[in-house]
Amino acid sequence: MRASKPCIAVAIATLCPALMFAGTISGKVTYTGTPVKQKPISMAKEPSCDKQHPTPITTETVVTGANNTLENVVVYISAGGDDANAPSQAVTFTQKGCQYTPHVIALHTGQELHVVNADQTSHNIHPMAKANPEWNKSQPPGSPPIVQKFDNPEFISVKCQIHPWMHGWFAVLKTNHVSVTGDGGTFTLPNLPPGKYTVTAWHEDYGEQKQEVTITGNETKSIDFSFKAKAF
Amino acid sequence: MKNSKSMKFRIGIGCLALGVMSTLPLFAQDVPDVGPHPKQPPKAMESHIGKVTGHSKDAAMNYRRYCAGCHGDLGDGNGENAPWLDPKPRDFTIATFKCRSTLTGTLPTDQDLFNTIGRGVTNSNMPIWNTFSDQQRADLVAYIKTFSPRWEKEKAGEPIKIPAEPAVTIDSIAHGKALFTKLECWKCHGPEGKGDGPSAATLTDSKDQPIRPYNFAAGTDDSRFKCGGTNQDIYKIFMTGVDGTPMPSFADTIQPNDAWDLVHFLRTLQVHRHSKENDVLKAAGGKIPAYVEKEAPAAQPSNGAAGGGN
Repeated sequence: MRASKPCIAVAIATLCPALMFAGTISGKVTYTGTPVKQKPISMAKEPSCDKQHPTPITTETVVTGANNTLENVVVYISAGGDDANAPSQAVTFTQKGCQYTPHVIALHTGQELHVVNADQTSHNIHPMAKANPEWNKSQPPGSPPIVQKFDNPEFISVKCQIHPWMHGWFAVLKTNHVSVTGDGGTFTLPNLPPGKYTVTAWHEDYGEQKQEVTITGNETKSIDFSFKAKAF
Repeated sequence: MKNSKSMKFRIGIGCLALGVMSTLPLFAQDVPDVGPHPKQPPKAMESHIGKVTGHSKDAAMNYRRYCAGCHGDLGDGNGENAPWLDPKPRDFTIATFKCRSTLTGTLPTDQDLFNTIGRGVTNSNMPIWNTFSDQQRADLVAYIKTFSPRWEKEKAGEPIKIPAEPAVTIDSIAHGKALFTKLECWKCHGPEGKGDGPSAATLTDSKDQPIRPYNFAAGTDDSRFKCGGTNQDIYKIFMTGVDGTPMPSFADTIQPNDAWDLVHFLRTLQVHRHSKENDVLKAAGGKIPAYVEKEAPAAQPSNGAAGGGN
């Protein structure tokens, strides 16, 4: 009887912060300076893709929005968070119009990745992994999704060599607290129990930045990241 | 007079010696530490090739003597000759290998590495090392495995299963040609296999070095493929892919028997090479007929019978 009270106390102490005090870190990613102009892509060599883009698309190394906002930035908890297990839901990476959508995906180590070919042409999916085994697979039109996993965290550059303009990124992380900035450059990292966190923002061309944030309770902390645009 | 002269000389020598002594430690600090100093001695590894067991410790001398010049003391492909070589020597620290009997992304078997050492690599600076005994080659295979921790954590992949080669027929060649078109091999290798497809000029390997797709048409009776010269070797290349290069694996997309048809067609792209495939093609008038998809197997299930293996 006497022992059960401390047990309950411990149970409340461990479970409740996660349930009652769900802190959030949110903010915006911007840039200063003038980003390099993205190059238009000619898909003349691949008519089935070319006709899907009435106005030619451009490279996506740096994608910006109104008010100097920066897209495709991976913002994640790099320290202080729990290394929770990989979600059972798969992440899908689609090849459509000879373009990767989305350009950057974030996935947990061990999480299932489904690579889909929605095009009328063959692609080869070649993630240039370094910390993980490097593989390279052909995927003709109508093939089932390629299902793969990565066991080690790393930012993997992904290419299709048949269509050399196709380029994307797999952000393999050891956390589920991750947000990839889209239109408006905003990110939200919800469900954070009280604690001290390191938030890292990674951009494929501008590198990474870190900020320390402490969550004390049911609150939303606002932080912003600003990258300096590279001249070339 | 004489004395003072020799005195001056002595002082001069002394100054010089002091100068040299005082600069030595500074100099030693300025020189970057570029020597091969692995933090700890590599873990001993073994290889198993048939009845031969290779031991990494027995290969240290041969590796330093014959391999390190290109592959580097640390096995990172940065040996002193590396800057002048194209393609670059293999970097053993990432354990990505071109010639495998195993699926893409997996480690090759000991036998695969053993074969590569003995065969050499065509169109590269890797010679045929048939001067080594089987034991020495097996020891070197074990030594190569000390450079990446992957060899301790992972097992080698399973070798792919290759069914017996069917007879070469003009139908087989025609079907192979249809696959070559459908799977878009020509995007890199070119419609006639000359390595001049629309994407050929843009290709780079995984270390951003320019790389050319294989030119089948340049093949002669003496020429070899990178990973072996037999029809089985060609079968393996496109099923396993050539890891570290743009050549993907087609293991998920090509059925085993269809793969043999593709092999037969690829042989006919070697127009200057004598082969049974070219003989069959010649006997058929030198022209590959258009392939007609056979409808017979698809029609069978309609009579209710369970489909047999075909």
